[in-house]
Amino acid sequence: MSEFFAMGGYGFYVWGAYGVTALLLAAEVIAVVRRRRSLLVRLGRMKRMVTEVQVEDETKA
Amino acid sequence: MATINWYKFSSPTVFYPLAGRLIPWFAAAAALLTLVGLYIGFFVAPTDYQQGEAYRIIFIHVPAAWMSMFIYVVMAVYAGLGLILNTRLSSMMAAALAPTGALFTFIALWTGAFWGKPMWGAWWVWDARLTSELILLFLYIGFMSLYAAIDEPRRAARASGLLALVGVVNVPIIYFSVRWWNTLHQGASISFTSAPTMAATMVTAMLIMALAFWTYTIAVVLARVRCEILERERHSEWVTEMLDSGE
Repeated sequence: MSEFFAMGGYGFYVWGAYGVTALLLAAEVIAVVRRRRSLLVRLGRMKRMVTEVQVEDETKA
Repeated sequence: MATINWYKFSSPTVFYPLAGRLIPWFAAAAALLTLVGLYIGFFVAPTDYQQGEAYRIIFIHVPAAWMSMFIYVVMAVYAGLGLILNTRLSSMMAAALAPTGALFTFIALWTGAFWGKPMWGAWWVWDARLTSELILLFLYIGFMSLYAAIDEPRRAARASGLLALVGVVNVPIIYFSVRWWNTLHQGASISFTSAPTMAATMVTAMLIMALAFWTYTIAVVLARVRCEILERERHSEWVTEMLDSGE
């Protein structure tokens, strides 16, 4: 097992390359998921504001 | 003969739900292909007689470098379509592709550095291949900055689209740099004109990882273009209706 991680003495380079790649791809996925969530929250809030204004207008009228 | 109206798919209203249905399939394919590719790459492919185990970086380095160039060309095609046909979705697709393209360009450079250090003795050299790939990264960053800097979406799409089109000249320069100039970077291990110069299992692992990166890219870009669509079309009726229906 430790022989596998040693990569014939090149462990630092092999895992340095693979580790950063995995980290960056994971970060991209998380960033897109977060963007979508915050966008939906924002759109939901916008919609509620519009409905409230409509309700106010109706009660005034 | 059944005719498909391809223009239909260029409408965000049709494309948004379609993309949503496709994402899980591409994400699952990417995960599966990555597992298979890494298994073959680490446990089946033999040790290289010249480079020892260090060569195993190739299984992400080459696919990432391919993606960095492919994505740029696809992005430029969408940008061009957006400029000519004025379709809304095209420029949104170009904008959605750029961050993933930039990411793969960075990964190609990073994994290249971690491979170059043990093999050449240097993290970086100003060689034609490396330098033109670095320019590609700057082109992506320029495209994204220009797109983000202009408030009006149509003008932003036009300006950044032109930049994307002009930058396309860099892609053949990267690809052929190892042949045109005397570079430290090795030549292509796989080409369309000759048999691969690597063991069959090495080639298999590399191609499977390339497919994994492709499917990953499609999944992430579709997810991102859905965000772009929602942001730009938030005032339109179909978005309101969709939010009402609780999607």
